[in-house]
Order: sequence, then structure tokens, then C-alpha cells
Amino acid sequence: MSEMRKTPLLDDLEKGPWPSFVTEMKKAAAKSEMSNDLLGALEQCYKDKKTHWKHGGIVGVRGYGGGVIGRYSDIPEQFPGVAHFHTVRVNQPSAWFYKTDSLREICGIWDKYGSGLTNFHGSTGDMILLGTKTENLETIFAELSSRGWDLGGSGSALRTPSCCVGPARCEWSNIDTLDITYSLTEEFQDEMHRPAFPYKYKFKVSGCAVDCVAAIARADCAIIGTWKGDIKIDQAEVQRYAKNGMDINAEIVNMCPTKCITYNGKELKIENEDCSRCMHCITKMTKALRPGGERGATILIGSHAPFVKGAQLSQVIVPFMKMEPPYTEIKELTRKIWEWWDEYGKNRERIGELIERKGMRDFLEYIGVDPHPAMIKEPRRDPFYFWTTDELK
Amino acid sequence: MSTPQRKTDIGPPHYKQFLPPVIQKNYGQWKYHEELSAGVMVHVSESGDEIYTVRVASPRLISTDFIREISDIADKYCDGYLRFTSRHNVEFLLSDKSKLEPLQKELKDKGFAIGGIGNRVSNLVHTQGWVHCHSAATDASGLVKVLMDEFYDYFTSKELPSRVRLAVACCTNMCGAVHCSDIALVGVHRKPPIPDHERIPNQCEIPSTIGSCPTGAISPDPAKKSLKINDEKCMYCGNCYSVCPALPIADPDNDGVAIVVGGKVGSLRNGPKFSKLVYPWLPNNPPRWPEVVNAVKGILEVYAKNARKHERVGEWVERIGWEKFFKLTGIPFTFQHIDDFTFARETWRTSAAFKW
Repeated sequence: MSEMRKTPLLDDLEKGPWPSFVTEMKKAAAKSEMSNDLLGALEQCYKDKKTHWKHGGIVGVRGYGGGVIGRYSDIPEQFPGVAHFHTVRVNQPSAWFYKTDSLREICGIWDKYGSGLTNFHGSTGDMILLGTKTENLETIFAELSSRGWDLGGSGSALRTPSCCVGPARCEWSNIDTLDITYSLTEEFQDEMHRPAFPYKYKFKVSGCAVDCVAAIARADCAIIGTWKGDIKIDQAEVQRYAKNGMDINAEIVNMCPTKCITYNGKELKIENEDCSRCMHCITKMTKALRPGGERGATILIGSHAPFVKGAQLSQVIVPFMKMEPPYTEIKELTRKIWEWWDEYGKNRERIGELIERKGMRDFLEYIGVDPHPAMIKEPRRDPFYFWTTDELK
Repeated sequence: MSTPQRKTDIGPPHYKQFLPPVIQKNYGQWKYHEELSAGVMVHVSESGDEIYTVRVASPRLISTDFIREISDIADKYCDGYLRFTSRHNVEFLLSDKSKLEPLQKELKDKGFAIGGIGNRVSNLVHTQGWVHCHSAATDASGLVKVLMDEFYDYFTSKELPSRVRLAVACCTNMCGAVHCSDIALVGVHRKPPIPDHERIPNQCEIPSTIGSCPTGAISPDPAKKSLKINDEKCMYCGNCYSVCPALPIADPDNDGVAIVVGGKVGSLRNGPKFSKLVYPWLPNNPPRWPEVVNAVKGILEVYAKNARKHERVGEWVERIGWEKFFKLTGIPFTFQHIDDFTFARETWRTSAAFKW
């Protein structure tokens, strides 16, 4: 081992109460030349106020077109340990539950063949093994996959699906987010590992409209749990909330967006027909209120961050879909969506941008979904619309 | 030692093997939960079974030593089960209530930050930054660290009107839900890329680079077999640089951090919202970015003082109006705040009613 890199700027980030990533880097640097040079290279970035990483080249494991992000330093002479420093994306288990023996096994592999640095987790949800050399990739993949782990998605492919904690530890989940995520991931292994799409495609599954995995903002396909029946009320628990200091009129009744709740000091009433299932009252009075009746999911399509022409939120495509194994309906719908995207999408055009360019009608007709008022905030404002010859005399 | 036999397309391990027995038994049967403190909650099942969760912060960028340390703790108190949250926290899961106090004591003794539950600042969703990204206009891990050093008490104890979700993206690619967060930082460039005419012919595909520009600022330069940038049209988004490495855009003196506020993802009350620009640019001033920390602190404190219970940042601003937001926070209002991109028209005021 060579001497530890000097990092006066980064050292300052070991001070203060919040856990320090610099301390983590130093722990890894004590055991790995790669991490020691990463520390040095990052100090250089702090000094120069700019990044010292180059675009990824094409690296990967045999038979896969993704799962490894190539990364090269632009100052390799100074920091040879990170001359190439590729990321391995490992598909996380649903809802990020682990057993410690599995985690230790991964640590052992990563200490031996990589930098010893990780992200738990990356933005899309994968376990990120941060930094290794090209020649170690095949060995790492063999070590991981022989123990039951596989790579996640990257590039113009299906990205690793992820989900909230769901029925595993949450009373609000209307769908089995863990099982749906596992089932979709298994179904679409080829689409994940061999990029063949115009651009990335993400699934995120949230059990309710609280949306703890930000599906509506970040997933091309958001699967969000909902229900159709009446909210069940436990009046005794309502009274207990009142007794414990909750101002039910101010915090529940007046904050209901559809004004469907009334409270006379004794009894809480909900006009269920007027409820839009936003989750406000249920999350604030979780002991007193719960969803009732038929459970399922709303399917929303198209969100993405600002690239290229501005961010979009996902829009409702299927207002209600039953979600039971083997989840044939969502899988078939997804294949139709991909077919249309494959046919018309331009390079680096997300599905939401294509829908905007080609129009909702084109999209809905192709995937075979009828128009429904739940799809819109309001009808069009302009008088310009198409008719087909079938619709005319 | 020989390399084991590789397998392909097996997908992740089945989640069920990682679920603690109390979860396997009560899967889908949870009745309610209670927040017991800033970092502890209990979920109670229809069966009466309980599961306790103790949440601690992680810096996201963690060493294998850290993973082994939390694994040892999980072995000692949680039969070897733990999970991570969507915001990079670690959750220790246990059904034996008597272990709750000793677990928290050990975590505190080891310097872990316990918290992040309820109406507080939770851990930050963030990106790679200078640690590992070619397009980063700022560092992400460093910004998270300096912000959370400042807001540490809002994670471990102090309450706010509602939950506040902070996020950092190191460039406008925004890997992370920065565009829908209560308060978020995004790394921005302010100068057009400079074409490297020697490298462009070999490294870049001309049509897809031209196509990557949202404002049509890139055109071919046939004489040089290269590209031209119309500086007046360029909005410095950096999308072209993602497609063509020979269009470097980084500029240490002009890159910096923008602050956006008022976004959320949940449908509660009034639906998901985008974050909106409030600081167009603050300097990259590592290692502690004092200008950025002060700016975020200013916004958070004005929100904490003025918002009503359960109001997220965006809901509060919408109730009081953006003109009042700028007045209360003292943030200067500039041309950069008035949208002139794709969805601009939806953001202009088309009513004669507003506040002085």
C-alpha cells in the first residue's frame, strides 16, 4: 500500500454531527489502492471545482449490454488507481430487505475484487458497487450470480424496478408492491439486460398515493395502489385522536380536498362518493380510518426529469387495475406500450415525451385503452380535434 | 481458487428470504403504526403482533466496513434482519421490545444519527457528484453533508409543520426526485459548451448530437466535419455533452448550484407538484458551500415559522402566493425566475389579483 492521500479540503467534511462520506472513503482507502486514489481524485475536484471523470466507455459482462457503468478518470497519471473505475449495479431485493449473511457475502466479494465502496442505494434502487477495473468484471459477475444475485439495468433498457415497503410493513398498501416488483423484474430480464429501447424505461410500485418511491415523478410506468370501496371508520379511535389533542375540524375536515368529511364533535362522517382517495385523512388518523372494498392499482405513464424539453409527471392511463399474480394484465399492457414506443420513439425519447409528440389518442388507441374522465384534469380548451371517417356520416 | 459458474438472467434473490419472521407472519395484516420518537416507530398487526423500527442515517456512500458494522448490530438485536429506505436510511427491525433501548443505546454510542421519521427533515436523495460522475456541475455528497450538519436537529428531534424532503442533483439530468422535492439543489452550468473540433469527428455522432438540443442551438459545421453552437440559443442544459463528450461544458467559475422549492410526490390534499426555481445560481464554494447552506436555512426557517400544520412547503407557498414568498424570504426576484422554456405559458399570472 502506498501512503494515504492528503485531503485537506475533504478532511473538513469529517467534522460535524452528520455521518461523513469522507470517513467512509478513508475506511475503504485503508484497504484499497483504488479507494485511496479515489480520495485523491475527489480532493482534486474540490480544489479545481470541476469533475475529473470522463464519459463511460463500453464495458460489461459477457452476454449483457448493461448493468456496468464504465467510468474513467481524466487524470489517470496522477491517480492510476482510478484510471478505470467502473460501477456494478446489482439488482436489489424488493423493498430493500436484507439478511446480514447476504450482505457480508457481498462485502467479501467487493473487498476482494473492487474498491470496497458502495451506495446503498443508487437513485433507481440498485445496490451500487462503486469502482472496479475492467479485468475484474467477469469474476465479480460469476461470484455474484453463483450466489443468486444478478445485475440491474442501465442504458436504453428497462431499469431495475423498485417499490415501497408495501404490505411487508405498512398498513396503507393496497397492493403487494414487493411481489409485483419481483414478478415484473423476472418477466422482463431480457429487456433489462440487453438494451433495445429508444431510451430508459422505469417501473416504480407504490402501495398508496403517498408514493414513497416517487413513482409518479420518476417512473415511466407508475403502479400506485388504490381502492374502490368506502373508508372504514372506527369512531372510538376518532374520539381518542380528539382527546389526544387533534383538532379534527382543522386538521382533517378542512384539509380534505373534496370536502367530503364532516365532524360534529361526536361522529366523523365521510361522503365516500365524493372522496378522491388522496390519503390525507387516512395518514393522519391511521388508527381510525382505513381503505375498504376492492383493492387494485392506478397505472400512470410518462414521468421523467427535465431532459429534454421539461419534466413531466406521469398521467393516468388505467384508472383501476386488479393486481393479482401472475399480473398478466400489466405485463401485456407493458408489451403493447413498448411496441408503440419501439415503432415511433426517437433516440433518447422517453415514453412520456413520445405521448406528448404523437398525442394521447394515438397512444391509447394502439394500446387498446378507452378514454375515461379519470385521465384528465379538464377537457381540452381548444376547438381543434380529429374525427375518423367511421365517426362521420 | 477457481471462479464459480456464472448464471445469467436469474433476477434478484426472492424478497421473502429476507423478511423477518414477524413480517412473514403478518404480511399484509398491519393495522396501524405509531411514531414513538423521531427515529422509532411500531407497527401493530391485526394479530396483535408488533414490529419496531429504528431508523438511522447513512451517508449513502458507504464502505464495506460500515455494512459489516450495521450487520453486526442487526445480528445482535434483530436476528440478522435489516432494510434500507428509499432515502438511504438504515432500518433495524425487531419484534422483541426489550431490545429496543439497548439497541438505541449502542447506536448512539457508536455515533449513529437516529431519526428521520414524521414531520422532520429526512435523509437526502442525491446523486454521485464529483465522486463518480462525468456530467456533475457540483458535488452531491458534500452538499448533503454540509446541509445535514446544519439541519441535524431537524432529523433527530425538532419538528416542522410537515415532512420536508430535501434532495441534491449534481446536474440537470436530475438522477433523483429533485424536480418534485420540498427544497432541492441542482448543479447548473452557465456557459455554452466549447466544441472540440479535433475530437468531434471521431467521438460524436453529428445528427444525434444536434437532435439532443432542446432549443435547436446546435448545427452542423461541414467544413470542419464538426458542430457549431449558437450561444444565444443555448440554455446550458448539458444534454449535448451527455451525447457527445467533445462538447465540454464544465466551467469552475461559472458552474454552481440552483435552489428549487415547493415540489412533492404524494397525492395527499392537492396532488404532486414540481419544484420551482428560487435561487438561479449560487457559487460552488467547497468544501462547505456556505452560501448554499445559508440560503436553504433561510427558506426552511421562514417555512417553519409561517406554515400551518400539515402544510408542505409547496402548499404553504401556494396559500401565501409566490410574491409573498419572495418578500418573506428576501430572495431577489430576477429575469431567470420567469419561465421561457417549454411550459412557460402555464406559469405566468393571468389574473389581476395578487398581494403587495
